[in-house]
Amino acid sequence: MKYKTSLASALAAAVAALGLLAGGQPAISATAEATELVVRGAGATFPQPLYQRWMQEYAKVDTGVRFSYEGVGSGSGVKRFLEGSVDFGASDAAMSDSELAKVDPKRGVEMIPMTAGMVVLAYNIPGVPEGLRLSRALYADILAGKVGFWDDARIQESNPDLTLPHLAIVTVVRRDSSGTTYVITNHLARIDPDWETSGPGIGKRVDWPGSAMEVQGNEGVARRVQITDGAIGYMAYEFAKQLDLPIATLQNKAGNFVEPGPLTGQAALASAEEIPENLRVYLPDPAGADAYPIVSYTWLLLDGRYPDPAKAEALKAALGWGLDEGQTIAAEMGYIPLPDRMIGKAKEALGRIR
Amino acid sequence: MEKLFQAANTSGSISGPPSAREYFNDRLFRSIALTSAFLIIVLVAYILWEIGREAMPAIGEYGLGFVTGTTWNVSKGEFGVLPEIWGTLYSSLLALLIGGVFGIAIAIFLTQDFINHRLATVFRTVIEMLAAIPSVVFGLWGIYVLIPLLKPGAEWLHDSLGWFPLFGTNLSGPGMAPAALVLAIMILPTVAAISVDAFRRIPYKVKEAAYGMGTTRWEAILKVMLPTASSGVLAALVLGFGRALGETMALAMLIGNANQISLSLFSPANTLASLLASNFPEAGRIEVQALMYAALVLLAITFLVNVAGLAVQQYTIRKFEGKK
Repeated sequence: MKYKTSLASALAAAVAALGLLAGGQPAISATAEATELVVRGAGATFPQPLYQRWMQEYAKVDTGVRFSYEGVGSGSGVKRFLEGSVDFGASDAAMSDSELAKVDPKRGVEMIPMTAGMVVLAYNIPGVPEGLRLSRALYADILAGKVGFWDDARIQESNPDLTLPHLAIVTVVRRDSSGTTYVITNHLARIDPDWETSGPGIGKRVDWPGSAMEVQGNEGVARRVQITDGAIGYMAYEFAKQLDLPIATLQNKAGNFVEPGPLTGQAALASAEEIPENLRVYLPDPAGADAYPIVSYTWLLLDGRYPDPAKAEALKAALGWGLDEGQTIAAEMGYIPLPDRMIGKAKEALGRIR
Repeated sequence: MEKLFQAANTSGSISGPPSAREYFNDRLFRSIALTSAFLIIVLVAYILWEIGREAMPAIGEYGLGFVTGTTWNVSKGEFGVLPEIWGTLYSSLLALLIGGVFGIAIAIFLTQDFINHRLATVFRTVIEMLAAIPSVVFGLWGIYVLIPLLKPGAEWLHDSLGWFPLFGTNLSGPGMAPAALVLAIMILPTVAAISVDAFRRIPYKVKEAAYGMGTTRWEAILKVMLPTASSGVLAALVLGFGRALGETMALAMLIGNANQISLSLFSPANTLASLLASNFPEAGRIEVQALMYAALVLLAITFLVNVAGLAVQQYTIRKFEGKK
């Protein structure tokens, strides 16, 4: 049964991929009977499951508006937002200063954090169904392609209780321009001094070692890890949970080994000191004792002024709902609900949109 | 039957000069045929020109370094496709080896009186149906059926013969071996169908003559029939190879998408076509130019393969079929 469903969803994914290749637009849209107003968005795959769920739930609250969201990756999300081909963009990496400079001043931009998430390292080692612990130096070296086999002495040392097979480590990374990649490379550069200078570097697309398997989207990474023995890959927590992949426990700045979860995620978000006016907060290496080390907010990119006031109102109402009721759903799905002070700031920013 | 005959006979035009209408029809047909042939050339030239125009900045900037470079790093603007060229040629050659042997064997089996003629037609139809299966299905089949099947064997080969470069790594999942096998199945219908036609074209008297000279069945097949059909069989192989070079979807799903050069049959690799397919939707201006350059490289490889195939074909025609 499980096999059947995974085959069916793989088929669906492949069909969606085909659509992308053909330049089509496999939009996922919430259905509604009265479809007067259509609001279209595109961007990050990291929060896509949450946004989809929100659209379903919100369709029950307000039937007069239909939202659609395409998970095309953060890079394309920003690109399409700048082109004006969507009503809102979405990205796990907030827009950089150079990207902000490209925004048409007549439109303006508001970046609103909608939720936060953890990037996890999921693995597939036959005979190790759970419990892999990776120290800070170790997981940076693994992703940089410097550790060859799972029974490496350093991995064995961190995991005295596990019997690790002599199996090649296969890293699975993102090929597309990805906010998830930005988040994890930004973190790795903090913990590994060589990462930026001689390693892959920081960015939405970086120079992964040649032996890494490069695939498309968070879902692609999760699926590839699932079918590859000895694989380890980074993805949003939600995607690893969906496929029931084992997740590595990582060492944080305080030196503790932490599992991803709602509490460790919130502890990480709580470690941010100041929230700047443009709401662009990164937490490359959160300090708290229980903080999960790789977390990020994920942003929606909205016009400051919409030509169609009805659209602006619909978006404001829906996002206000997302910041209130939506946060409970986010927590259920494995995302981290926003801290109260961030919700306050986000609502202020939402209020500025006209 | 009789009526037709009478009608033809009474029309009286059977020996007359062609009418104006017949002249017109002839001219019309000639011009349509000529235009069609010409249009094909124009179309190919246009595609080449268009790709070349888009690729021009990249060609100017990266030159030959593009073909020998091994990294594809968009943020630093470094583009090299040597791993993809290697992966394309390696996977296609493996596929040609496997698919070619099986394809020709099938053709011999179906044409050299091993089975009943009707049964042979059924077999042939079944093999040709393979060509109708979408490549996504082949990809999924590879992931869920072929890879788990290959794993134990690959593990054994790696454990006991790991010193041999072909088995130098373990098969962890997607990789060269499943990709090449699926590719072999995909080119099988092409190779088999055209080879069958090549064998069917040999006049029956050739075989009778061979038997008449006292050859055994296998001598007749290997020393007479196969050389006589060789130009057609070669054409089948060249077509199959071309198909393997350009195959995209199944390979993108199965080959592992890793930009490395490895002799091992079990390592992940990448191909030019899957690089193109997977990077285009996201590409910015500079990357599109680099991708167009990669497309030109793929076209050049296909062209060279076709030319080499033609040359070998000419050679065999001269050697085995005695024509000039």
